[in-house]
Amino acid sequence: MKVSYFPGCTLRTKAVELDRYARASAKALGVELCEVDDWQCCGGVFVSAKDEIASKLSSVRALVCARDRGTPLVSVCSACHNVIKQTEHAVSTDVTFAERVNNYMAQDREPKAPYYGGVKVIHYLELLRDIIGFDKIKAAVKNPLTGKRIAAYYGCMLLRPGKVMELDDVENPKVMEQLITALGGEPVVYPMRNECCGGYTLLEDRQAALSRAAEIGESAAGHGADMIVTACPLCKYNLEKSGGELPTVYFTELLAETLGVKEEADADKR
Amino acid sequence: MQTRDKELAKEQIVRMSGVDVRKCMRCGKCSGTCPSYDEMEYHPHQFVYMVENGDIETLMKSESAYKCLSCFACVDRCPRGVEPAKIIEALRLLVIRKKDGNHMTADDIPALVDDDLPQQAIVSALRKYSK
Repeated sequence: MKVSYFPGCTLRTKAVELDRYARASAKALGVELCEVDDWQCCGGVFVSAKDEIASKLSSVRALVCARDRGTPLVSVCSACHNVIKQTEHAVSTDVTFAERVNNYMAQDREPKAPYYGGVKVIHYLELLRDIIGFDKIKAAVKNPLTGKRIAAYYGCMLLRPGKVMELDDVENPKVMEQLITALGGEPVVYPMRNECCGGYTLLEDRQAALSRAAEIGESAAGHGADMIVTACPLCKYNLEKSGGELPTVYFTELLAETLGVKEEADADKR
Repeated sequence: MQTRDKELAKEQIVRMSGVDVRKCMRCGKCSGTCPSYDEMEYHPHQFVYMVENGDIETLMKSESAYKCLSCFACVDRCPRGVEPAKIIEALRLLVIRKKDGNHMTADDIPALVDDDLPQQAIVSALRKYSK
């Protein structure tokens, strides 16, 4: 099957592995990720103010593209997914916001039909869980993660706000643990897995942000994990720079390795 | 700030955030769960009641709003659905949307980056700290 795919700015630069292994793994599982036409950067964070319009238009354009193709819209970066999903929620629940968005969009060089919501916006983890299914993934495993103790790090953007994101139980998520189990590894549940890594405040106060990330790394290590997996390039950076002892990898890298498509993807890299 | 200006600023914050500050029951759970608590002069629960009281100028002069991670822990954990992070966001926008109000600009960035920094960090910081 085909789904629309929004990679995002960082997946073309510092986080090419997150993108490359997501594509290769989806292909191995029978899903083609079709990139959104002429996508623009999501902006990295959703601005919650109701009168903030222009900064959300790139998300709306991606949604319009997916609507016109009749496909769900998938992202793998936690930040892109959060921004697009919150924009979808705003445009489908706030008429004033939708009207103002469409007034802007009517000025596009090739204006599309107005958008009032309706596209199914899912994270790559939901593609794995709800469309492909963990049973099918389990059956496709070639190199199981036997004996590996893996701490899933959710952070904030995959889960919150819970009533909008609807990925999983906001305080007790399990989708990544289910994935780790399907891949033959042993998930490690630890208290800090859904706390913020410090995020963009890195540029405001580097020490404060990295101390947030350090607490997360210590929490995972203290519960006996061998490694941390994440879906977010900024979480990965903060965790790595915080001086923690555990390696941090993208969950798509583990997936590709387990499905036996990692080397092929590396050889095929653009 | 004159009384009328205070009322206007409060109205603006309520409109931008969509938050009903009167729902707050002062339990302090938002501040208790805030990862940036130690960095803030005014904490999430104080943002809520200071906006309710119209004490907005004090908040606008403080650096506290820039310490918010927008992690939404306070939003999901508030037992009354008050959504303090949206108040903090509106307050921050009230400051940075003013002329010369940017807290960070593109000129500040080169000194803050290293070779590994994801672009996401730069676009996010500029989105939060500048107009």
